[in-house]
Amino acid sequence: MKTVIHVENLEETAKLAETVASYAKPGFVLCLAGDLGAGKTTFTQFLGASMGIEETINSPTFTIMKVYDHSLPLYHIDAYRLEGQTGDFELEEYIHGDGVAVIEWYRNIEEYLPAEYLSIEFKWIGETKRQCTIEGSGPYAEIAKTLSN
Amino acid sequence: MIVLAIESSCDETSVSISKDGKTVLSNVVYSQIELHQSFGGVVPEIASREHIKRITVIFEKAFVEAGVAKEDIDLVAVTKGPGLIGSLLVGINAAKAFAFAYDVPIVGVHHLAGHIYANQIEEEMEFPLVALVVSGGHTELILMKDHYAFEKLGETHDDAVGEAYDKVARVLGLGYPGGPIIDKLAKEGTPEYPMPHIRTKGVYDFSYSGLKSHVINFLNRKKMKNESVDEKNMAASFQEAAIRHLITQSENAVRDYDAKMFIVAGGVAANSHLRDEVAKKFPHVKVSVPPFKYCTDNAAMMGIAAYYQYKKNKTADAMDLNGYSRLKLA
Repeated sequence: MKTVIHVENLEETAKLAETVASYAKPGFVLCLAGDLGAGKTTFTQFLGASMGIEETINSPTFTIMKVYDHSLPLYHIDAYRLEGQTGDFELEEYIHGDGVAVIEWYRNIEEYLPAEYLSIEFKWIGETKRQCTIEGSGPYAEIAKTLSN
Repeated sequence: MIVLAIESSCDETSVSISKDGKTVLSNVVYSQIELHQSFGGVVPEIASREHIKRITVIFEKAFVEAGVAKEDIDLVAVTKGPGLIGSLLVGINAAKAFAFAYDVPIVGVHHLAGHIYANQIEEEMEFPLVALVVSGGHTELILMKDHYAFEKLGETHDDAVGEAYDKVARVLGLGYPGGPIIDKLAKEGTPEYPMPHIRTKGVYDFSYSGLKSHVINFLNRKKMKNESVDEKNMAASFQEAAIRHLITQSENAVRDYDAKMFIVAGGVAANSHLRDEVAKKFPHVKVSVPPFKYCTDNAAMMGIAAYYQYKKNKTADAMDLNGYSRLKLA
């Protein structure tokens, strides 16, 4: 299931994140794509806030992953620096773990991902306007469908 | 008290021996930076493997240079986070092995405490003190009212300042690490490209993703119109805006908390424009910026911090000490 929508501003981005968060449960995998500055971390911040995480969620580029302990933990992973790499990234326990895994630059580690996940690709249209290509496989197809409305 | 310290949180493997939280007897640093340059950043897998390869040699060298016997060590200190988990664990296990073999207490130390205490090597700290911690992974303002008492005043909402440098350098096609490259180019340019005004929630907070996106979008628009961009002027414009934001928020904190001392810590403290501005903008307080060799990651600063941590807490860690990718200082 693939669908393309547009968000006009930060409020609409927050709304989209809130809807995604309403499906969050242990083992939920959300993959994010888009160029530098497309809004992947911003989206994750909105998602985390909707999950009730009060701490500052900032870029995980440097440490590859940041863990936010919460009733439903958030594993914020950034594969920006893993481009062209193969090997054991030891991310499995987080991706298939007890919380929500959000993976930025997921295409860099595509072969290490589960078969089923929700993905959103952000494309810069204007200052706060983005085109979002949402794709879901398996049980995520239904979520992708809901998000298109 | 003689402290053996180990640092391996990112791409530097370092072992240091220091005395009484003041005198650095040895500080051996092996940087993997050249190994990672072709990848445009630190590759975690390669980093941890390199740490394993180097650590024993560096260990021995640190003892030889310090002229200290292994039996003379009173405390073992090691960086426990934040950092790359695989890298941290190499240092932690080496520290544990030493502590176990020579039966000395071990303390896990916060990496940022180390960067802050790098200043103590040459300048005695005075309180209240405001520390600006700036690196590839951090941009924070910390208040200290006494030794080893940290209070976080603000932090970045999104990207760290060093990360913004790296990403802008990458988009400009300048290579890695971005900080020194942009700093060098900026000196030859003039800040003539307009940069956005950075807005944050709090007066001690930071935000770099807007500035980063602005530069990227600006470059993309120019490319689409087939117009050229002067790299030197772009580097100067970005650097001017990035550093001004650090200075503005720091001025707020120094003024509001009546600080007696302002210190800059972390890898970005090596930035020449930041050093110049810090020297100019804080005439009423004592200012300290660590010498270049103590700006980037090193074990000496961890040993100094460990001394004060142990002196204050009077407790050591157990052998189940772990590493953390994300860890709160305050």
